[in-house]
Amino acid sequence: MANRRLIPMPEAGNGLLGRRHFLQASLGGGMTLLTATATAGIREKWMSAPGAGMSETGNPSPHETQLKRTGVSSRPGTTGSGVSRTPLEYLDGIITPSRLHFERHHSGIPDIEPGLHKLTIYGLVDRPLSFSIEALERYSKVSRIQFLECSGNSGALIAPEPVPLTAGGIHGLVSASEWGGVPLSVLLDEAGVKPEGKWIVADGADSAMMSRSVPLDKVLDDAIVALYQNGEPLRPSNGYPMRLFLPGWEGNMSVKWLRTIKVTRGPAMTKDETSKYSDLRNDGIAELFTFPMDVKSVITSPSPGLTLGPKGLYQVSGIAWSGAGKIRRVDVSADGGQSWAEAALDRHVLPMCLTRFRTAWNWDGGSAVLMSRATDDAGSVQPSRDTVMARRAGNSFYHYNGIQAWSVSEQGHLSNVYA
Amino acid sequence: MYMRDRIVAICALCTFACAALAEGEPGLGREMSAAEVATMDFVIMADGEGLPPGSGSAATGATVYQQHCVVCHGEEGKNGLHDSLAGGRDTIRGPMPNKTVGSYWPYATTLFDYIRRAMPYQNPGNLSNDELYALTAYVLYLNGIVGESDTIDAGSLPLAEMPNRDNFVWAIER
Repeated sequence: MANRRLIPMPEAGNGLLGRRHFLQASLGGGMTLLTATATAGIREKWMSAPGAGMSETGNPSPHETQLKRTGVSSRPGTTGSGVSRTPLEYLDGIITPSRLHFERHHSGIPDIEPGLHKLTIYGLVDRPLSFSIEALERYSKVSRIQFLECSGNSGALIAPEPVPLTAGGIHGLVSASEWGGVPLSVLLDEAGVKPEGKWIVADGADSAMMSRSVPLDKVLDDAIVALYQNGEPLRPSNGYPMRLFLPGWEGNMSVKWLRTIKVTRGPAMTKDETSKYSDLRNDGIAELFTFPMDVKSVITSPSPGLTLGPKGLYQVSGIAWSGAGKIRRVDVSADGGQSWAEAALDRHVLPMCLTRFRTAWNWDGGSAVLMSRATDDAGSVQPSRDTVMARRAGNSFYHYNGIQAWSVSEQGHLSNVYA
Repeated sequence: MYMRDRIVAICALCTFACAALAEGEPGLGREMSAAEVATMDFVIMADGEGLPPGSGSAATGATVYQQHCVVCHGEEGKNGLHDSLAGGRDTIRGPMPNKTVGSYWPYATTLFDYIRRAMPYQNPGNLSNDELYALTAYVLYLNGIVGESDTIDAGSLPLAEMPNRDNFVWAIER
């Protein structure tokens, strides 16, 4: 059967077909980006002899050379004080492969001997306790698929002029994994938290002994001592052998290489929670403890670096997430926000996780501006850049969640723009 | 606040109830002695709890700074490769705030705590308590917060008046 059919009427301007047509196309199988070519009688060269054998660990196809963390950088004179970013534009779905999970380290990745590493819980408890990894493995574990986002993610968008970066280059300090481990509440119960204990202070075993204070309410609600990421023990770059994991809250608090937890009356006011991860407003007031990551989304395909081919039908796809809970809906615009159509959400819509959205777009070959706008189940709607910038100080880049706009040129090139 | 305390009290009761429910867990935490705990405890609170014995002044701190810090943080805490430690006063409300210890940091204890945890970057954990207090005093002195010969110790450090302290608010309920 011929692979041609009438293109439906757009739901929003500039050829955006929207969720309904995307779903119809999926069911009908007609409007797919893949073209089925008859190959009867032909054998490609790789079909002419047996292929490679099994191996102990797998690697991506050597043809996928772009599948690397991007923006790998460290501060002058250091190798372990900086970031690397997830290449969002080359990924689909919601799980970030562990080897591509973003990194933000303050003094490198420690080479921890698991047999010598212990978790100490002390402070305002009845019994200070020490847990080996072997011991923790015997507790009832939970696992959840959730995002982790650095509070500084997307901070490049505070620049007065749009920076020429990719989706990963701007937003790649967010990743999602299946995190498995022991609820911290269970371990705290065993230690016996005294009534005056209201916060914890978590220390890492890196050479900077990174430390953050966390309200006890959050800890008892859903914090885990994570031992596993995507089914395997944590990788060293993600806190091996154990890390704190605080769903939906700024990544810096999910202390890697977790070493001690002290139950305290209040926050310690560590360097990171005061001088760094505080949000300075343009009135000179700085907000402490802005913990949850706000509702956000970004179109990953197409996006800068992925050039469109001939005009016609394209899938517009991206990720949306919120520290407040689930994503309720994502709207997409192809005309710079003048009109919007609701995108389809992939089946896995999980709390505090990346959610994949998709919509169909009939590109007419002209210039366009693509945008996505997420709404979470608390009712929060991703704001415009102007709204996000209105209250913040000139160089205050944490917790940026403004709508991302990608311009599309007639040549099919995409770039970061403010619209 | 009274209501909140009540709620917290109820939550505390719930915690004990949960402990009972968690009986299916193996209970493998090894109880630690106070001496053992002390070796693991690096936490210093904003009110000074956790500060160790020892003392120092900016006069001696200047020498320690020249030896361990100046390469990264610059002469007098300015214009170095890494974070500025001094200056920046009156920039916080401007278009390009310069967040230094003096212009931004709300608590002086944070400075001692961070130096003890993480500095010098290539070689942390090798400064004595007296050197840590002296360095802390020196950085505070560079910002005009203490005098050059003022002695800083566990009692006086939490009392240092940080110029920007009152410009911090909590985004959550205290």
